[in-house]
Amino acid sequence: MIRPVATTREMTGMPTGRLAVWWVIASEIVIFGGVLGSYIMHRIGHPEWEYQAAHTNTMAGAFNTVVLLTSSLAAVLAHNAAEQKNGPKAARFLMLTCLGGFIFLVVKSVEWTNEIHHGYTLASSTFWSFYYMAAGLHGLHVIAGMVIMLFVAADARKNKELQRVENIGIYWHFVDLVWIFLFPLLYIAK
Amino acid sequence: MSSTAHGHAASVGNGHDAPAGHHHNPGFIEKYLWSTDHKMIGFQYLFTGMAMALIGGFTVYAFRMQIAFPGMSIPGYGRVTAGDYNALVTTHGTVMIFWVAMPVLIAALGNYLIPLMIGCDDMVFPRLNRLSYQIFLVSALVLISSFFVEGGAFGGAWTSYPPLSSKSQYNLTGVGSTLWVVAVALEFVAFLLGGINFVTTVMNSRAPGMKLWDVPIVVWMIVLASILFMASVGPLVAGAVMLIFDQNFHTGFFDPVKGGDPVLWQHLFWFFGHPEVYVVLLPAMGIVAEVITVFSRKRLFAQRTVIMTAIAVGIISFFVWAHHQFVAGIDPRMANVFSVTTLIISIPVAEMVFVYIGTLYGGSIRLTTPMLWALAFIAEFLLGGVTGIFLGASGADIYFHDTYFVLAHFHYTFFPIAFIAVFAAITHWFPKMFGRTLNETFGKVHFWGTVIPFNCIFIPLFVLGVRGDHRRIYDYRHFPDSMQAGMQDLRVFATLSLVVLLAFQVVFLVNFFYSMFKGPKAPANPWHANTLEWAAPSPPPHGNFPEGLPTVYRGPYEYSHPDRKEDYWPQHIAPEGA
Ligand code: HEM
Ligand SMILES: [Cu+2]
Repeated sequence: MIRPVATTREMTGMPTGRLAVWWVIASEIVIFGGVLGSYIMHRIGHPEWEYQAAHTNTMAGAFNTVVLLTSSLAAVLAHNAAEQKNGPKAARFLMLTCLGGFIFLVVKSVEWTNEIHHGYTLASSTFWSFYYMAAGLHGLHVIAGMVIMLFVAADARKNKELQRVENIGIYWHFVDLVWIFLFPLLYIAK
Repeated sequence: MSSTAHGHAASVGNGHDAPAGHHHNPGFIEKYLWSTDHKMIGFQYLFTGMAMALIGGFTVYAFRMQIAFPGMSIPGYGRVTAGDYNALVTTHGTVMIFWVAMPVLIAALGNYLIPLMIGCDDMVFPRLNRLSYQIFLVSALVLISSFFVEGGAFGGAWTSYPPLSSKSQYNLTGVGSTLWVVAVALEFVAFLLGGINFVTTVMNSRAPGMKLWDVPIVVWMIVLASILFMASVGPLVAGAVMLIFDQNFHTGFFDPVKGGDPVLWQHLFWFFGHPEVYVVLLPAMGIVAEVITVFSRKRLFAQRTVIMTAIAVGIISFFVWAHHQFVAGIDPRMANVFSVTTLIISIPVAEMVFVYIGTLYGGSIRLTTPMLWALAFIAEFLLGGVTGIFLGASGADIYFHDTYFVLAHFHYTFFPIAFIAVFAAITHWFPKMFGRTLNETFGKVHFWGTVIPFNCIFIPLFVLGVRGDHRRIYDYRHFPDSMQAGMQDLRVFATLSLVVLLAFQVVFLVNFFYSMFKGPKAPANPWHANTLEWAAPSPPPHGNFPEGLPTVYRGPYEYSHPDRKEDYWPQHIAPEGA
């Protein structure tokens, strides 16, 4: 493919890649908005769900919140390095971000295994259905973010496509933000 | 296929905008199936949409024949069972909206027209664009495959309300129900990718000099529709996940016995479903605006107002969804609110229609085939809009809900959108797309052979609806109230009109495919139009503008300008003395 001129124009002053990331986020906001909105409406209608919610592991959730926030910090540092045209350094920070995502997923799977062992499964009640669905959907976003980040880091190491470091960072902050909503709604509200 | 592999990103960053021109001759696969050229991707969507329209048309033929001649073996199909009927109706509705209207109006025309009309050589994400089509194709294949699995295609209606959609003892379908949800969800992904591409392309890659108001209405409308789609579809994506869980993993998101709520689905569905009406309407309105300005040789009346109105419609469309749920047990006070918002949204839509009529007023009208289609759109859509007002009033809707009155109403909006406006577009841009000219006589025969039977189908259905015919009924002989004098005759008349309508589509197909290869060669600007796509050769080569990408000097609708000899003034022609 010959690179079309279209891909190089910048009428808004914002690079096309970053512009697109914002639109991706806009469309994701509505998806999570639908999930959370549905959950909140149900939750208001079913005060008895608090007994189910009491069985979630708040400590694990809090730990994961810290992990994700830290990984977002690493993403910011990666962006900084990319601004200074230091690709290898940016790549290292991105790997650190990925590590955060990985720890998050490990904690999550330990948590879920535990809960399933205690008989709280996807179908045991609508609270748990929402719990697994919302966190699962978020988990898929974490995984997707990590995969993309690995590709971006591989390029960045060779000082290629450094603008993508910022773009994936923006996306990662968004994934982080979604968790900031999920955590209190699923774990703290009891 | 990487962008640097060829080593000649020659045209990039060399100071002036030269298009990426000629180069190696691509093979068949690369050219037709693996292309990243926006025009080819537009054609892929167009032809896939046309093929799906055949499915949408065949299913409606089969189930309407069952209504007119219940129990008979239908020529070309066989006997329609009750389960078949549901699957046919569901497939018809789903296919027409998601695999015909959406891909043709937004994806095909958007892909084909946007880069040409804003004066650049491609989309900003050509490979994402290709991926979007590929996902779309997979979604279509998944839907089609559901016909061949055990239990057949989904029979839970296109609205897919639980528990009908979530329990197979109700929808009489097996794994087909899940395939249906998966297909729709994939289709959404395809359009989200495509939409992001459209929006960023128009924001970032317009020709130098092209300000926002210089962007042609049809491009505006496709972009607004893409944004509207993005903003409304999210909750339904979430709903689709929940529905798949309810169908397969014994969750109860929509099951009151397990603490869920079936009305939740209705909210999620219609929060998307109503804006979706405008997602397909806006591009159709855009097409009509382009066609009527060209063929009345007049400036579009109140161009900015049209755009502002479209934005207003988009916003208001998020506040009307519960008018589909007046009988779902919602609070009557809520029903009042939604009645009012529904009546409010009819005002800007009516205004757009008036603006178009204002454009026609005093113009020198040329009744070419595309113009006939555009005028028919205005007339027929008006009927759809007016009958909608009855339904928006919650009191009246309690009686009309789920009758053929509703059905006729929304077909008076959807048919003009998905077919009449699309035929306007195809006949208008055909010379550009294929470099050849369609036959006008065939075009007019096809026009009358479509528009007259269309009204003969749906006016009787209005009458039947008022007399109480419920929709989604397999055999009216089981309902004595619906077998009163003359009612069956109306059904037969509507069905025969449908057969006539379908038969006339052969005229179109013959004209289309014959002219594509053998029609008289078309000049670059056969209609003397202003917008940039007509500045490119017909058909435009790879890279679109072999003489260099255009610069824009004025708005798109400078027709019959007093200072000019010609009655048109293309956007890219430099002003004298410049
Ligand atoms: C000649 C053209 C068409 C005819 C004669 C026709 C006829 C019908 C009829 C009779 C039904 C109702 C069947 C029943 O409730 O038992 C129906 C349903 C439907 N049609 Fe069409 N239709 C046509 C074109 C279209 C188009 C262009 C669209 C949309 C773009 C469309 C969308 C729908 C939808 C959404 C339903 C509801 C399906 C459901 O109940 O789940 N139709 N059509
Ligand atoms: Cu509606």
